[in-house]
Amino acid sequence: MTPKLGAPPSAARTGVWVGMGAIAMSFAAYTSAMMVRREGAPDWHHFQLPSILYVNTVILLASSVALEVGRRRVGDDYEVRRAAHRYLSLAFGLGVAFLIGQVLAWRDLAAQGLFLATNPSSAFFYVFTAAHGLHLIGGLVGLAYVLRRVRLAVGPGTYGALGAVALYWHFMDALWLYLLGVLALWL
Amino acid sequence: MTTVSTPPPVAHHHGPPTRFIQKYIFSTDHKVIGKQYLGLALVAVTTGMVLSWYMRFHLAFPDAKAPGLGLITPEQYLQLMTMHGTIMVFFVLTTAPFAGFGNFFLPIHVGAEDMPFPHFNMMSFWVTLTAFLVLVTSFVVPEGPALAGWTAYAPLSAVGSGSGPGEGLGQTLWAISIAIFCIGQLLGGLNFICTVLDMRTKGLSLARLPYVTWAWFITSVIGLIAFSVLLPACILLILDRVAGTSFFIPAGLVVNDRLLNHAGGSPLLWQHLFWFFGHPEVYIAILPGFGIISTIMPAFARKPLLGPRVLIGCMAAIGFLSYTVWGHHMFLSGMNPTSAMGFSIPTLIITIPATIATLLWIGTLYGSRYRFTTAGLFCLGFISVFVTGGLSGFFLAQPSIDTYLHATYFVVAHFHFVMAVAAIFGIFAGTYFWFPKMFGRMMNETLGKWHFALTFTGVYGVFMPMHYLGLAGNVRRYSSFPAEYMGQALPLHRWITVAALFTGAVQLIFLYNLIRSRFAGEPAPDNPWEATSLEWSTSSPPPFDNFGGRHLVVSHGPDEYAVKGPRGDYIMQADPP
Repeated sequence: MTPKLGAPPSAARTGVWVGMGAIAMSFAAYTSAMMVRREGAPDWHHFQLPSILYVNTVILLASSVALEVGRRRVGDDYEVRRAAHRYLSLAFGLGVAFLIGQVLAWRDLAAQGLFLATNPSSAFFYVFTAAHGLHLIGGLVGLAYVLRRVRLAVGPGTYGALGAVALYWHFMDALWLYLLGVLALWL
Repeated sequence: MTTVSTPPPVAHHHGPPTRFIQKYIFSTDHKVIGKQYLGLALVAVTTGMVLSWYMRFHLAFPDAKAPGLGLITPEQYLQLMTMHGTIMVFFVLTTAPFAGFGNFFLPIHVGAEDMPFPHFNMMSFWVTLTAFLVLVTSFVVPEGPALAGWTAYAPLSAVGSGSGPGEGLGQTLWAISIAIFCIGQLLGGLNFICTVLDMRTKGLSLARLPYVTWAWFITSVIGLIAFSVLLPACILLILDRVAGTSFFIPAGLVVNDRLLNHAGGSPLLWQHLFWFFGHPEVYIAILPGFGIISTIMPAFARKPLLGPRVLIGCMAAIGFLSYTVWGHHMFLSGMNPTSAMGFSIPTLIITIPATIATLLWIGTLYGSRYRFTTAGLFCLGFISVFVTGGLSGFFLAQPSIDTYLHATYFVVAHFHFVMAVAAIFGIFAGTYFWFPKMFGRMMNETLGKWHFALTFTGVYGVFMPMHYLGLAGNVRRYSSFPAEYMGQALPLHRWITVAALFTGAVQLIFLYNLIRSRFAGEPAPDNPWEATSLEWSTSSPPPFDNFGGRHLVVSHGPDEYAVKGPRGDYIMQADPP
C-alpha cells in the first residue's frame, strides 16, 4: 500500500487560527456570563487583585519576546540552531514561571479567605485564571514539541510548527491582557 | 481517464498501519474514524429509540407495567425523556451526518489523503465515545440518570441530589459527558475546516466543492462557535453542582423544605448560554442533510442542481442567522416583549433561505427523469418531512402563538419533523448512496424501498397527530394525565405508540439489509450511480491513501450532468478538461 502524505506546513497555522477563534468564543461566553451574573447581584463583592498578577503579566510578555527572538533566529546551521534553542527554552521557562505565579496569586486569594465558592466575583477569578492557565499548558506542550524538533533538525515542517506555536503563544498573551483588564475593571 | 499531477510539498509521510489495534481501533485513518462514528451513532440511535418506546408505552398505558421496568414513575419517565433527547441530539444527529459521513468523505471530496491532524481526529472519536460511555454509565448509578431534560434547565439541573432522584450523580455525569462531547466536536471541527482550507487538490476551487462538502464546512464553523459556548456553560454547571458556586442557582431557593445555601445566581443565564448553543445545534444536525440531498439528487435527476451558488449562500445564511434566534426558545421566560420581537423577526427571516433551498431542490426535480433508487427516495422523503416540520415553525416563531403552543406536543411534532426525522432521512439517503463506496458492496434495493415506504408512513403516523394534541393543549414532559384533563386524547396517544413501535420495528429491515449487504451484497463497481464527485473516481472501498498514490486534478464542477461526457450523460470532476 502507498503511504499517506502528511499535511502541508500551512495547515498548522490555519489550525491555530481556527483554534484561536474557538478559544476566543469560549472566553466571550465566560465574559458574558460574568456580566449577566454581576448585573444587579446584591452578593457581588469587589476585591483587590493580587499584585503578583502584574509581575506575572511582565513574565508572560517577556516569554513572548524570547519566543519571537528564537523563532526569527532558527536556521539550518548548528550554532544558529543552538542559540535559537536557548531563546525558545527561555520562553518555555518563563511560561512555567507565569503559571507558578498564577498559583501564588491563588494562594494569596485563599489567604484572604476568598475561595471558589466564597463569592461570584472570586468564582469568576478562579474560573478565568484556571481556563487561561489550562490553555497555556497546551501552549507549553506545543513549545516542548518544537523545542525537540529544533534540537534534532530543521525542515519546512519545523518552521510551520514553530510559527503556529508562536502565534498561539502570542494569542495567550493577548488573551491574558484582555482577562486582566476584565478582572481589574469588574472584580 | 484521470489527470494526475506531481505531489504537493509535504512535511512527512504516514505509512499504512499493520497492527490490528492501529488499523481498526486507535486508527488515524479518516475512513476508519468515519465508520467508528457511524457505528457509535447506530448503537446510540438504538438506545435512544428503545428509551422512546418506554415513554410511548407509558403514555399509552399509564397503569400497565413496562417490560423490564415495571410501573414507570414520573421521575423515571423524565429520565427516559432526558436520556432519549440527549443521546439522539448529541450522539446521533451530530455524530452520524456530520462526524460520520464527513470524516469518511470530506478528505476524499477535496482529493486529500487524510485530514491535516489525524491524531486530533482519532482523539475526537475517542473523546466522543468517552462522553457516550460517561452518559450511559449514569443508568447504573444510584438514583439513575439525569432527569432535567436534554436542555438541563437550571436550577433543577444545578442544585444536586437534595431535589429528588436523578438530580444526584446522574445529572453530574450528564454535565461531564456533554463537556467532554464538546471537546471531541471541537477537535473534529478544527480538522474539517483545515482540510477544506488547506488540503484541496489542484484545480479544486471552493466553487467546485460538492454541496455536501460545503455543508460539512459550514456546519464545522457553526459547531466551532456553538460548542465553544456550551463547554464553558457545562463547566459552570459542574462547578455549581460539585464546588458550591452559585452561577445558576438563585438566592432563597427552597427545595424539599430546605433553604439552599446559594445566593444570587441566574437560572436565565443557563438558558441563554444553552440556547446560544442549542439553536445552532439544530442546524448542525440538519445542514449536513441539506448537503447530502443536494449532492445526491442531481445524480438521480441526471441534471445539475438549480442555483448552486444560491444554495451555498442559503446554507451560509442559515448558519449566520442561527446565532441570532436563540431567544425564541425563551419567549415564556419572562422576556420583555420587545426582545421577543427581536428574536421572532430573525426566526421568520431564517425561513427565507430554508424556503429558497427547498424550492431549488424541487426545481431540480422539475422536468427530470428521476431515478427512484432508495437513496433518491429518501431525498424526496427528506424534502417532505422538512417542509412539514418547517411549516409549523412559522407558527411557533411568533411569540403570541408560542405562548399557547409552548411546551405542548405541537413543539414535539415540529422539531421531530424538521430536525430529527429530516436529519435521519438524510442519514438514510447517505447510507444507501455511499454504502457501496464505504464497503465495496451494494445494498439490497428492494429491501431499501420497503424500508423507505414503511418508515415514511410510520413517521407521519407518529408525529402528525402530535400537532392535534398540541393544539388541544396537551403539554409535553408529563408522564400521564388525569382523565378529566386530556383523557380524551388517550386513544390518540395509543395510536402514536403503535405507530412508534411499528416505525421502530421497520428499522429491523434496514439493520438486516445493512448487515447482510456488508457480507453478502453484490460487489460494488467504482461508480454505481454514475455520479461525479471524487469518491467515485477511486475504488470501492477506497485504498488506504484514498487514490492509490494518484494526485487528482479537478477540472469540473461537482454536478456536471445532462452533458455529453466520455462515459455518458455526465462528466466526473477528475475528468480532463
